[in-house]
Amino acid sequence: MLEKPTWKSTLKGFLYLLPALLILIIFNIYPIIRSFLMSFYTDYDYFNDIVHEYGFDNFIAIFQDPNFITALKNTGIFVLGVVPISIFLSMGIAVLLNNKIKLAGFFRTIYFLPFVTSVVAVSIVWSWIYHSDYGLLNYFLGWFGIDPIAWLNDPNYAMPALIIMSIWKGLGFNIIIFLAGLQNIGEQYYLAAKVDGASAWKRFTNITLPLLSPTIFFVSIISIINGFKVFDEVFALFNGRPGPANSALTVVYYIYQKFYEEWQFGLASTAAFVLFIIIFIFTIIQLVIGRRFVHYN
Amino acid sequence: MDIRLNNLTMVFDDITAVDQITTTIKDGELVSLLGPSGCGKSTTLMLLSGLYKPTSGQIFFGDQDVTKMDAEKRGIGMVFQNYALYPHLSVLKNIMFPLKMKKVPKKEAMERAKEMAELVQIGHLLDRKPGQLSGGQQQRVAIARALVKKPNVLLLDEPLSNLDARLRLEMREEIRRIQQEVGITAVFVTHDQEEALSISDRVMLMKSGVIQQESRPQEMYKRPENEFVASFLGNPPINLLTMKKIENGYQLEKSAHSLLFSNLATYPKSIRVGIRPEDFFVTKDNPRFTGEIIHIETIGRDTLIRMQIGDTTIRALVDPVHQLKVGATCGLDGKEENIHFFDSASGQRIETVERGEKHA
Ligand SMILES: Nc1ncnc2c1ncn2[C@@H]1O[C@H](COP(=O)(O)OP(=O)(O)OP(=O)(O)O)[C@@H](O)[C@H]1O
Ligand SMILES: [Mg+2]
Repeated sequence: MLEKPTWKSTLKGFLYLLPALLILIIFNIYPIIRSFLMSFYTDYDYFNDIVHEYGFDNFIAIFQDPNFITALKNTGIFVLGVVPISIFLSMGIAVLLNNKIKLAGFFRTIYFLPFVTSVVAVSIVWSWIYHSDYGLLNYFLGWFGIDPIAWLNDPNYAMPALIIMSIWKGLGFNIIIFLAGLQNIGEQYYLAAKVDGASAWKRFTNITLPLLSPTIFFVSIISIINGFKVFDEVFALFNGRPGPANSALTVVYYIYQKFYEEWQFGLASTAAFVLFIIIFIFTIIQLVIGRRFVHYN
Repeated sequence: MDIRLNNLTMVFDDITAVDQITTTIKDGELVSLLGPSGCGKSTTLMLLSGLYKPTSGQIFFGDQDVTKMDAEKRGIGMVFQNYALYPHLSVLKNIMFPLKMKKVPKKEAMERAKEMAELVQIGHLLDRKPGQLSGGQQQRVAIARALVKKPNVLLLDEPLSNLDARLRLEMREEIRRIQQEVGITAVFVTHDQEEALSISDRVMLMKSGVIQQESRPQEMYKRPENEFVASFLGNPPINLLTMKKIENGYQLEKSAHSLLFSNLATYPKSIRVGIRPEDFFVTKDNPRFTGEIIHIETIGRDTLIRMQIGDTTIRALVDPVHQLKVGATCGLDGKEENIHFFDSASGQRIETVERGEKHA
């Protein structure tokens, strides 16, 4: 189809899109716009839905709120802690699984299990693993002579605990995506590279990495966006608290607190808007970097 | 550097793809591996390259036993059937790749790659990606990439099969030219007999993993060692007539046609007589074969006729000067040296002996 779009064809296209578009507009686009506007409500009577005054007060307020700053910092640490490790680990495992090894199917299932299991169930299991007295993790660490750590109650260890669990949880999905990407790389390139004298490592860096770059790009964008949006894991792992002494307070958790616990709709919307901007900037940066390094066929 | 194969065998799960091949490929020679699909040509090439390791047997490059050596270390150049150009690298980078792996300084690598690109006449395409090239251009890049590290051996796996007839003709001359210019030992896999016969110093014809015959192209055509070789080469294919031994001579199956062959080395019960369509000529002077013409068609400058004798149909390419008609009776004969005999049981060629010898 190399036709140029005409008004008629465009109209026809819109007609097909209309049902999905309507749902999207009502449940996604409209709320986004409303919450964007809401972030500028300075004086709001929400019982009667009357706005007395618009302004930037909310923005000033949240940036002066130490909790919001903590939330931003924690979210940043979370993304930095989870995304690179998760990508490296899952790519490594995918490369191993992609080799002709025995029981590859079995391992694939094992790694994919965390993805299909509910966050709540996963968190319950992990809160056992992290338990300071009976936990599996402390038991293992005990072998190396490390004293028990109060993973979930010590503010210094709450964030690492959250990061470890999230890495484990996200591994399966990333591995499957990487495996699909690896299967798309033709065997012939590896044969050619062997004949051209490339060692296994050279084949990985010169063939696998560049040809996998679209997948790496996709996974990193998805992972970063998901990282910035982290909430369920915190809620479930710390029993509906943002960790000891706010040590696992994330931006979305902050939004949740402001909205549902404190009924500060303006502040919640503002925080959501700030998060949106952050994700937007990161995605743009990635797109720019991606255009330079990613190879598309 | 000669390449020597000694009882080379490759067994996959349940199939013997290469079966006890023993041969020598001489330095600077271009050898074609010819044979029907699935006969083990690619497998043989993969064994030579080191991408497969043989089940048994040895490979020698010169005096060195390379049987267990990995492909990375053999230093051969290979052109794959599908070219396998690295899609993310430009033409120049593709050609430079083997040099980069050998840690050749970048500047020198670039110069050598450009030189090679000129040799295969793609110097103007260096910045393109493989996806932006035509099939013929991709093939030249693949050849340049295979040659740039100055390998001792060049392996080509049906490199021309994706090209149209005209480009094929051009490219095979090109490959021959480059091979001779560089003076490299080359093995060329193809299932196109014309390609094999025209390009190579020597042809190896394979079937089911076994070499049926290896000889110079013309010789293979003129003196097939067995029935398979005779029937594989030639288009239209050779006529093979089954004849049974009778009291004095041989009789064509289900016909009254009988012939006297007095110069065979042996006389088995049943033989197959092979004559190529172009080796027939029309004659009224006591022809060996007489029958009814059932079909006439013109192919280029020749006329192809089909003649029926009993249950047997003979194809012959004849000179259009003969005014032949469908339904008419016609006599065909061939020169003695162009008639091949095979033992029906073994398929092996039956040698003919000179008349003089026979009387002696
Ligand atoms: N990796 C493999 N595993 C199992 N069997 C194989 C493998 N590679 C080839 N074979 C079998 O070995 C035989 C020879 O295969 P090969 O690819 O060498 O044939 P070929 O002569 O190159 O045929 P073509 O002209 O179709 O390319 C075939 O029967 C094929 O099915
Ligand atoms: Mg093949």
